[in-house]
Amino acid sequence: MNVFDIIGPIMVGPSSSHTAGAVRIGKIARAVSGGQPAMVTIELYGSFAQTYKGHGTDKAIIAGLLGMAPDDERIKDSLELARDLGMAFKFKKSGNKAVHPNTALIAAVDSQGKKTIVQGSSVGGGRIVVNRINEINVKFNGEYYTLLVPHHDTPGMIAAVTNLLADQGINIAEMNMYRSQRGGEAMMVIETDQAINEELVSLIEAVNSVKKAVLIKPIY
Amino acid sequence: MISYDSVQELADKATKKGKPISALVLADQALQMERSQQDLIEEMNKSLQVMAEAASKGINSGSKSASGLSGGDALKMKQAIHAGQSLGGMVLSETLAKALAIAEVNACMGRIVAAPTAGSCGIIPALLLTLKEAYDLTEAQVVMSLFTAAGLGMVIAKKASISGAEGGCQAECGSAAAMAAAAAVELMGGTPQMCAHACAIALKSVLGLVCDPVAGLVEVPCVKRNASGAANALIAAEMALAGIESVIPVDEVIAAMKDIGDAMPKTLKETAEGGLADTPTAKKMAREIFR
Repeated sequence: MNVFDIIGPIMVGPSSSHTAGAVRIGKIARAVSGGQPAMVTIELYGSFAQTYKGHGTDKAIIAGLLGMAPDDERIKDSLELARDLGMAFKFKKSGNKAVHPNTALIAAVDSQGKKTIVQGSSVGGGRIVVNRINEINVKFNGEYYTLLVPHHDTPGMIAAVTNLLADQGINIAEMNMYRSQRGGEAMMVIETDQAINEELVSLIEAVNSVKKAVLIKPIY
Repeated sequence: MISYDSVQELADKATKKGKPISALVLADQALQMERSQQDLIEEMNKSLQVMAEAASKGINSGSKSASGLSGGDALKMKQAIHAGQSLGGMVLSETLAKALAIAEVNACMGRIVAAPTAGSCGIIPALLLTLKEAYDLTEAQVVMSLFTAAGLGMVIAKKASISGAEGGCQAECGSAAAMAAAAAVELMGGTPQMCAHACAIALKSVLGLVCDPVAGLVEVPCVKRNASGAANALIAAEMALAGIESVIPVDEVIAAMKDIGDAMPKTLKETAEGGLADTPTAKKMAREIFR
């Protein structure tokens, strides 16, 4: 958190948590699913579910999925824009209790039929926490360059990936490992102080047992 | 490095160094973000410009929001000022007009600066921009005071909350008023300790304030609560500048705000299920809006 999270962001109203934060959750879902999805289903929890129409939370999440920033004055027209750009969408209200009152679960399907799930919570002032990617519970806020590295849970993975970062002089601000079960699917979430380029992403993807590397640029 | 765990600690550090809180926050943030102080000042100045644009846009627009629930009140306030109907003096009336104006722009999905949130975006700029005009202060001074507001806001966000869904309106308009009060004290030449007291006094006055937006929209009562929040900040700053102190230390007030927020039922935390949102008139309006 820094001063511009508190005095800021510059954004389109009416609600930092329900509009700006929602744009950001949508934007992360776009990055994780690798671009604009063909079809999205968005499940809203808690206060998001109660008040999304009034706050324009639906328009905000769709705007993020279309790649808009929170201060984009086209946000209020995003539903029409999505239809024009060929992105189908559906909203559902969940009655279940979520990890946080302002939570959205986005299931995005691309044109090849590949499904990506991203769940995020808007925690106030436009700041967010991403708490689920596909079947794995994670925790990051999108304020740094963030690398998601899904891989098979085998020894030496952390060393192999972090050595590549070290070679380029990139400092890790925060790093976490998550796995579904021993020897199963796992995911590294690495947040760095310096920018990460596409070349480094390819090098990481070439590491044995790494399935993929997804780079999320700071969304602020 | 500053940890932003305590407003008192910030004020004490500033007192010891003989500097305003803003200077400490700016230096620390430049260090933490690995950017120059000038760079941060320029970015904050950009926010101040957006604030000023929203204030002048809102005060003249008079247009209604999409729901029809809000809009036009800033214009009425301005007309009353021009007609010489100010009861509390020009600083108060101008502050109210600007707070209404910015909050109305927000309700219309216009561009604002979340300070600390969009729902409370009118409070800090309304008071600071009014003081700037009334006392011929420079833009640079107002920009610096925003670093004080932000520094205190970081403590509140870390130790309590700035989200209505988490802590009720006390966490949004209350935090904004507390931040504005401290910034105003610094802007008017008060000491760091006075800033801390102003922060405490403003926040204490709205402890327990619930978030109960009609139809779930950031309009009723939010637009007018921006005006009362700005007035709250003004009176807290005025008391602190007079040397009046908060009996309960500022960090304990912030902790109490968190406890109250945690104890508040979900129906009163931005879910539009309780309070004003649950009145017969509000329910009727909600039905009409979402028909």
